[in-house]
Amino acid sequence: MSYLLDGNAIAGDLFVVFGREMSTVVGRCRKCGAEFPVAELCVYVRAPGTVARCPSCDAVVMVLVTIGGTRHVHLPALEFDE
Amino acid sequence: MLDVPHWPGHRAGQHIDIRLTAEDGYQAQRSYSIASAPEDDGIMLTVDRLEDGEVSPYLTDVLEPGDELELRGPIGGYFVWDASLSGPLLLISGGSGIVPLRAMLRHWAAARPPVEVRLLHSARSLDYVIYRDELVGLAAFEEVDVRIALTRTWPDDWLGQRGRIDRGFLKDAAWPPRDEPRIYVCGPTGFVEATAAALVENGQQPNTIKTERFGATGG
Repeated sequence: MSYLLDGNAIAGDLFVVFGREMSTVVGRCRKCGAEFPVAELCVYVRAPGTVARCPSCDAVVMVLVTIGGTRHVHLPALEFDE
Repeated sequence: MLDVPHWPGHRAGQHIDIRLTAEDGYQAQRSYSIASAPEDDGIMLTVDRLEDGEVSPYLTDVLEPGDELELRGPIGGYFVWDASLSGPLLLISGGSGIVPLRAMLRHWAAARPPVEVRLLHSARSLDYVIYRDELVGLAAFEEVDVRIALTRTWPDDWLGQRGRIDRGFLKDAAWPPRDEPRIYVCGPTGFVEATAAALVENGQQPNTIKTERFGATGG
């Protein structure tokens, strides 16, 4: 069974962290340069924490974890212009 | 059906997050698409009960009218459709992926924009077609065309698609790319990926296709 979802599934958590609707924001993968709306990220919710991969090259571009009730976002390979 | 105080209104296709907290503090959170149109009273969810789920069995079996829920929303700005957008509108769903598309159809019926709509829906059998009666009612509109694909069993006299929504079915049922259909695909991950790939192989522009994957994330 696949636990692959997409960026729509984490829009609520991202709203809390970034303070705005993020699914329509265009991100760029620092590994391959592909540009895509956050909604199109490949999201794995059953990893330890939530892992988002580039839809083009599969690089891990974002990791969401909850520590002590607080959501933390790590962006190892994702950048936004906005 | 949820009565949400101070609800700011939503757009067709958006979802909400529901969070359950156990007595020991353990929390589980899931996203559910909103099944009702912005014009409807109250917020309606349609929950697919997953046998080993943490949240859906509570919502379907335990929750009673009058109970309170912790929710967050409306969420999402990508997989949304508004009646002011140009058409034609092509909606494609598998299983419970029809839920956000039902909100879009109801929004269309409330606003009646000059946009043609086609719903292509895939289900295991006729009994698994959610909102069946409502879809029949919507299909009575001249601008609305509903086509059902039954993938496992079908009645002997079934005139619709027998088998999956595949490239050939899409070629026949979708508007050609030159008509610039606005396409929304929602369902399980495998369904969405196969459908989106088939649409692109048929010549549809990738940037006209919006997808949302439903998954067995623990329900």
